[in-house]
Amino acid sequence: MSAQAKQENYLNAKHTVASWLFSLDHKRIALLYLLTILLFFVLGGIAAMLFRVELLTPGPAVMESETYNRLFTMHGITMIFFFLIPSIPAVLGNFLLPIMLGAKDLAFPRLNLASWYVFTFGGLLGLGAIIFGGVDTGWTFYTPYSSTYANSQVILAALGIFIAGFASIMTGLNFIVTIHKMRAPGLTWFRLPLFVWSHYATSIIIILGTPVVAITILLVAIERIFEVGIFDPALGGDPVLFQHLFWFYSHPAVYIMILPGMGVISEIIACFSRKRIFGYPVVALSSLAIAILGFFVWGHHMFVSSQSMYAGMIFSILSFLVAIPSAIKVFNWVATMYGGSVKLDTPMLYALGFLGLFIIGGLTGLFLATMAVNVHVHDTYFVVAHFHYVMVGGMVMAFFGGLHFWWPKITGKLFPELLGRITVVIIFIGFNLTFFPQFIVGYLGMPRRYHIYPEEFQFLHVLSTAGASVLAIGYMLMAVYLLYSLVLGPKASRNPWKAAGLEWTTPSPPPTHNFSEPPVVKFEAYAYDEEEVYQDDAEPGDKGHG
Amino acid sequence: MSEHGQPHIAPLKTYLNVFAALMALTVLTVGVAYFDLGAMNILVAVTIACIKAYIVILYFMHVKYSARIIWLTAAAGFIWFVLMFALTLADYATRGWLPFPEAW
Ligand SMILES: [Cu+2]
Repeated sequence: MSAQAKQENYLNAKHTVASWLFSLDHKRIALLYLLTILLFFVLGGIAAMLFRVELLTPGPAVMESETYNRLFTMHGITMIFFFLIPSIPAVLGNFLLPIMLGAKDLAFPRLNLASWYVFTFGGLLGLGAIIFGGVDTGWTFYTPYSSTYANSQVILAALGIFIAGFASIMTGLNFIVTIHKMRAPGLTWFRLPLFVWSHYATSIIIILGTPVVAITILLVAIERIFEVGIFDPALGGDPVLFQHLFWFYSHPAVYIMILPGMGVISEIIACFSRKRIFGYPVVALSSLAIAILGFFVWGHHMFVSSQSMYAGMIFSILSFLVAIPSAIKVFNWVATMYGGSVKLDTPMLYALGFLGLFIIGGLTGLFLATMAVNVHVHDTYFVVAHFHYVMVGGMVMAFFGGLHFWWPKITGKLFPELLGRITVVIIFIGFNLTFFPQFIVGYLGMPRRYHIYPEEFQFLHVLSTAGASVLAIGYMLMAVYLLYSLVLGPKASRNPWKAAGLEWTTPSPPPTHNFSEPPVVKFEAYAYDEEEVYQDDAEPGDKGHG
Repeated sequence: MSEHGQPHIAPLKTYLNVFAALMALTVLTVGVAYFDLGAMNILVAVTIACIKAYIVILYFMHVKYSARIIWLTAAAGFIWFVLMFALTLADYATRGWLPFPEAW
């Protein structure tokens, strides 16, 4: 124990502020990203709590319509552009990808640091937009409202998103080059962890899609500032063109958000079922299929926008097709658990929560892809519930599942397991209480983005707000015990979960260069039938989990 | 083809030729705009624009003289760009097909 305690690692290597702010170490940059995005998560969460309070009553209660509009826009923009999109790739991906590949760092460490600065700068502009009066267009910036009529900080927010987009592109490029060029000897493509595959697919979407939204948002700013007719019919533009360009990126962006989460789930399910992921190559390739198919479905956001019925039919069919690779993943995760020795530790509970909620979120996506049903539920709370099941029920569960799974590796500390499990249950209950009533209220006809509604909807809204409070308690409890673990938690051994994978062969926390000597890979990532793969060198003092 | 090492330097004449071609195509675009070709309007305009983009990518952006991986990257971007246009135009081109009064 004493030998291990004195070991130098990436956390204790240097202590100055500059050694963090100018670090080229992917692990430190990942932690910088973690702090930044958590700040935005808190901000977006506060906005959500405020408008959930407003929605307790059918009439206007604590705020004016204009404040309400600014709050839900702030919630959407911060959560999507400044939390969900960077969440798993820039934090867990940044930290783990090089280690999973047996590399010392990403291919371009300076580009990695630059991406954090660019992201932070974009985030500050977004914050500025909030401080100087907020934005009231919704996170989708639909024209011509955003480009001509809205008298809020559209340009500042648009600029922030535009700049943060470059940070994504830098990260995506870095990942692609790293995965191609820096795999350890013996680490063939089909030995890679599925986490790496899903990040590869995500990076492709980021690189092909992000430039389009950047240009589109820039066009909105140009129309606003110079009154060039692009999207505003009064100036000779076309508002539906904006929707085409916006959703060309923003639908694939849903997969930027969910694919890395799916990678996390694959790692967790394999470890806690003690089995190789069932149908590994198919699961790996289904990530690529989602990445590519995801680009051909954007018109399903535009069924009621005057888009041609024929284009609508094509987009509808293509949207159904995306369900196939997603279902392949779900079935294969379940098949992995079948006959495995399943252990219900905290990360696995998150993974199971993900499975259930993602299935609901995914299947209601099929409702929405059906043209006729879409007309009925378009722009209602049904849509809100659908994407929160995917984004929060799916992605946020995966993010926190991954954070707990790799917490011992990242911090070198163990978290209190029982509190962890209790928190998952609280979050799961709170989540469903918040969003399931929204399916019903939406189906009954409550449109999204309104805070004045008929009295018969009040009961469902009260349930939803109550659920949001439970959810918030869950998140706060997590923050408390993770902070506690950071300071006072027991030391983690090298491999407390007895997981396979290169990241568990190096000490917790890893040394600055990840491995004392370059690893040579002899097995695939999920060789749970090879006992030497998942050994832990814990000494009697260091008790692992379970 | 210079896979590694010093960048390829194209003779000035190439650039002037490319510039001339781009200008000629621009004149053609403007000229064609004076004729109403019906459904072909967009097709002709986009085709000319694509040819121009192709020339710019090949010569000004030096893809012609670059490694295979650059070809692949540029091609992926270009193909995705075409897909975006194709599916967007699938909307605009077919809006009038249904016997409903024109939307807007
Ligand atoms: Cu979509």
